[in-house]
Amino acid sequence: MSNHFLLRNGRVIDPANRRDEIADIAIVDGRIADPATLEGKPGVETLDCTGLVVAPGLIDLHVHFREPGQSAKETIATGASAAAAGGFTSVVCMPNTTPTIDNASVVGWVEDKARKEACVNVYVTGAITKGIAGEELAPIGAMFKAGIVALTDDGHCIQNHELMRRALEYARMFELPVMDHCQDYNLVGKGVMNEGYWSTVLGLPGWPSLGEELIVQRNAQLAESSGTPIHCQHLSAGGSVRILREARGRGIAITGEVCPHHIALTDAAIESFDTNFKMNPPLRTQRDVDQLIEGIADGTITILASDHAPHCDFEKEMEFDRAPFGILGLETELGLFLDLLVHKKKAISLPRLIELYTINPARLIKIDRGTLSPGAVADVTVINPDLEWTVDKEASFSRSRNTPFHGWELRGRAVRTIVAGKTVWAL
Amino acid sequence: MLWTRKDLVSIQELSTDEVSLLLDTASAFKQVGTRDIKKVPALRGKTLVNFFAEPSTRTRISFELAAFRLSADVVNMAADTSSLTKGETLKDTARNLEALLADIIVLRHSSAGAAKFLADRLQASVINAGDGAHEHPTQALLDTFTIWERRGTLEGLHVAIIGDILFSRVARSNIHALQKLGARVTLVGPSTLVPRWFEEMGVTVSHKLDEVLEDADVVNLLRIQQERQRKEYFPSLGEYTSLFGLTKERAKLLKPDALIIHPGPINRGVEIDSGVADCAQSLVMDQVTNGLAVRMAALFLCARARGAGAGDVPTV
Repeated sequence: MSNHFLLRNGRVIDPANRRDEIADIAIVDGRIADPATLEGKPGVETLDCTGLVVAPGLIDLHVHFREPGQSAKETIATGASAAAAGGFTSVVCMPNTTPTIDNASVVGWVEDKARKEACVNVYVTGAITKGIAGEELAPIGAMFKAGIVALTDDGHCIQNHELMRRALEYARMFELPVMDHCQDYNLVGKGVMNEGYWSTVLGLPGWPSLGEELIVQRNAQLAESSGTPIHCQHLSAGGSVRILREARGRGIAITGEVCPHHIALTDAAIESFDTNFKMNPPLRTQRDVDQLIEGIADGTITILASDHAPHCDFEKEMEFDRAPFGILGLETELGLFLDLLVHKKKAISLPRLIELYTINPARLIKIDRGTLSPGAVADVTVINPDLEWTVDKEASFSRSRNTPFHGWELRGRAVRTIVAGKTVWAL
Repeated sequence: MLWTRKDLVSIQELSTDEVSLLLDTASAFKQVGTRDIKKVPALRGKTLVNFFAEPSTRTRISFELAAFRLSADVVNMAADTSSLTKGETLKDTARNLEALLADIIVLRHSSAGAAKFLADRLQASVINAGDGAHEHPTQALLDTFTIWERRGTLEGLHVAIIGDILFSRVARSNIHALQKLGARVTLVGPSTLVPRWFEEMGVTVSHKLDEVLEDADVVNLLRIQQERQRKEYFPSLGEYTSLFGLTKERAKLLKPDALIIHPGPINRGVEIDSGVADCAQSLVMDQVTNGLAVRMAALFLCARARGAGAGDVPTV
């Protein structure tokens, strides 16, 4: 590890400080420093960043690293490597592992393994309910002490509104944010794809938008009545954006995240019955895509994330209705959002994109990352916003290969990932 | 027109010419069944596996007889006796069948897309004998063949498909086949079982059976699938029959030359009155007979396209 590192002449974008200028970024002993302190010093490792963007290390608020219990799909080490290769210096792991991360000892096990094996920062979430079964509260206080950054039953959704309400009230003592996978089980049933024209043509069980929207509406009302913030994960339906916009407009502490596949693809892709187009919530219609993008553009959606969900080939290569939900995301998400949101749709600016990936998730889970302020831990992502590249799933650092984006030509990607001053990946 | 597909997985992907070719070929094969020796050597030495991962009697036997008449060797396999019950994946089961040098796999499976899944992965021909609620192409072919036999054309005919459309693979395949052959389709059933998205497929949706019956040239009834019916779709079979059953009284509304078809098995007294099911306008038994001919045509054309078949369609 170089003690002195200078990133020269890049476009420094640090939304937390409303900074966007051509400048140098100095790193001394793993922290951001004033570039002036390095002037004339010998042994300074210098990287010319002319034409590149120097941003705070990106944070992915939603990944599945599958350990403990499902290491054939992914490990904390391989997931972290994939994160680094996607430009991410921090990830937030979901608790639906085997066993579930629903008690302090499993939290500690994951943190310990991450410390030893992961090349990026790995933050852990704890289950809201025991076994993410939606029936009784998990030991939230103990998990808080063990270091979880948020609560979620991701992959599942607490159907009992009273239990969800008490969970929110309980979480408030610890100021833990609660994140929710919004899915009404009765409405969704055995649905495997968006309920609409294509599910009708293909004869596959439908997963209606309403199944997400009603829970987003519930969450808005529960956040309002309990005063505890709720973060709605991986929103897919246009109606969810409308509900969120209305609730946020009334000052309710509710936020939402969007994943790249929900704006890059529609349910029409499932005509091929390719299970790499199967995820939960499902791909929706062009109208939903447009409304999600509108929500990102107007500030309703404040966080972007991948829902990185690795599965083995033999698990995905199944009949569509029997295959597991989920796709890889870490190595393609920045490229997809840059290409689609910034370059093609011009829905948001590059600084705004970086904000959605840095200071916004950092504030939600209250971690001291996501900024290039002097003194901050030097997590830095260097991005070439115009680099044209082709997604190659075989080049992935993940243990799995389940991506629908193989062969896609994208513009923009990370070229270097620095965690606490140390380069963990470079193109 | 040359048939180039090794598989028959859906009607949707076929051109009108391809559908017509299948029907013409079926017509030639139907003659074979009228001969003293009901057998041609077209698939002699070829192996057909009837892989039924979901219960079926009529379709399985129909494929089996069709294969016999083409001189193929036939193996029957049911889900409850296969390794699927031991956790083997569909892909592995199929690859084993291929390793046993099967030339044709006829697949019935409860998952939509299962036939395409196999067709994309195997050298063998794959014939879809019903995949979930997606398609049942040979049923559509035998239905359109049966109508065509009586009316000489489907162009301009008004066909009403009545019943549980949402869960019906027959409905989907028939919509595609009927539209490709120039018929006009109206779907009739409880609004819970005929979602509005069907209209985007270019059909008319109605919930007023009596009005539709007066104008229909063909009434295509579907079985109400009691075994998978959930309570939220309609209150009772009795209410279903009163609103959508082809009762004796309703049958009087039909045009004198209107035809009645049903893919079977029939629930007498539910979607159709028992007497109406057996009346002169009902072609249910013709459908079963024609099923043999269209399945012979499908097996023959796909096997030949794969290079496994021999000879030409028998001339009469």
